[in-house]
Amino acid sequence: MRVRKNIATSDEGFLFNPTTGDSFSTNAIGAEIILLMKKDIPTSEVVDTICEKYDVDKALFERDLEEFTLQLKGNSILE
Amino acid sequence: MKENKQKIVIAVTALNAIDSPGPGVAVIRAIRECTDFDVRIIGLSYESLEPGLYMHDLVDKTYQIPYPTAGTDALLGRLQYIHEKENLELIIPNFDAELFNFIKLRDTLKKMGIATFMPDLDQFEARDKMKLLNFGKKHGFEVPEDKIIHEFRELAKIEEDFDFPLVVKGKFYDAIIANTMEQAEKAYYKILSKWGLPIIVQEFIKGTEINIAALGDGEGNAISVIPMRKLYITDKGKAWAGITLDDETYIELARKFIQVTKWRGGCELEVMLSNDGKPYIMEVNPRFPAWIYLTAAAGQNQPASLVKMALGQKVEPFTDYEVGKIFVRYAWDLITDIREFQKISGNGEL
Repeated sequence: MRVRKNIATSDEGFLFNPTTGDSFSTNAIGAEIILLMKKDIPTSEVVDTICEKYDVDKALFERDLEEFTLQLKGNSILE
Repeated sequence: MKENKQKIVIAVTALNAIDSPGPGVAVIRAIRECTDFDVRIIGLSYESLEPGLYMHDLVDKTYQIPYPTAGTDALLGRLQYIHEKENLELIIPNFDAELFNFIKLRDTLKKMGIATFMPDLDQFEARDKMKLLNFGKKHGFEVPEDKIIHEFRELAKIEEDFDFPLVVKGKFYDAIIANTMEQAEKAYYKILSKWGLPIIVQEFIKGTEINIAALGDGEGNAISVIPMRKLYITDKGKAWAGITLDDETYIELARKFIQVTKWRGGCELEVMLSNDGKPYIMEVNPRFPAWIYLTAAAGQNQPASLVKMALGQKVEPFTDYEVGKIFVRYAWDLITDIREFQKISGNGEL
């Protein structure tokens, strides 16, 4: 779960793929997850960080994260 | 200390900045932005309502020239008249249809002291739509399969060679996607009535459309390559907005094209990146595209580099450009006066 090196990201959740010209916007939590992903940490650490910070059910978050990850992969944001 | 900049008189065609725009206005804008020289821009127009004629901050003076169908003698006669008045140093033609005549006149213009920077006739013809398949096979480029149709009954047999959808194209312009034989027949007649025969039937390639503006020095070197993806497309298939991309595949493709053709001047490669990742060359336009100002905005001013090379200066290839630079085209109601219209319509000059 690694963000491609050439993907430009902003703290506000704007993503730009310079190879395809595609750009995307995420909400605030999406932006936070992507910034964590950019640190090349394991998925479990992303889950722990978010679950510690926010009042969220871990199983539910893992499911949402998986869905989000699939979207990012489908749009060539993740390797 | 006052800086003495060279003032160059440059004639530019294709001032039709309409919904299917010519590149002239964008070429002039890029040239004027270059701080290495001062210019006097002479517009060469075909019609009285080409918007560029009335953009006096871009175009200093405009002369009408005869349509390409009038031939080289008529064009030369008019250019001699303009040259007497303006002492032209360089002409940049920007329309596909006029290029043949200008290429034919290149040596004559050179003797008159007018530089050009265009492909040779061989280079110009090799990338012609009708010869693209052979060109691609010869040089190892991915190009769609096609068949040249000279009469209607040949179209009836097309199902033997192609699956639907397929693309029906005019020899100069227009492309219609046909999903059935009936649609192909309609497209055939529509294009026949506009552009005549032959008609090209081409394999449909599904994918992402990428355009590449490139500038060759005539010795096989690519001075500049800028790939762009259309972000907003008009119903005529023209880019109304676009963004510069960072992908070595496209840059290598354009470099190879310029290397094998030894292309001199500007060109645009229309590329379809197929869903399995192959870049197909769909068409090669033998001149700058209408979005050429984006190359200047991204840091590689192709029109200004062309001017320098045409005047004999050595230009080193660019190595960098800004990725994610966007252009958004807009329409603007330029106000002029009946007297201006009368001058260009009546006297052929403005």
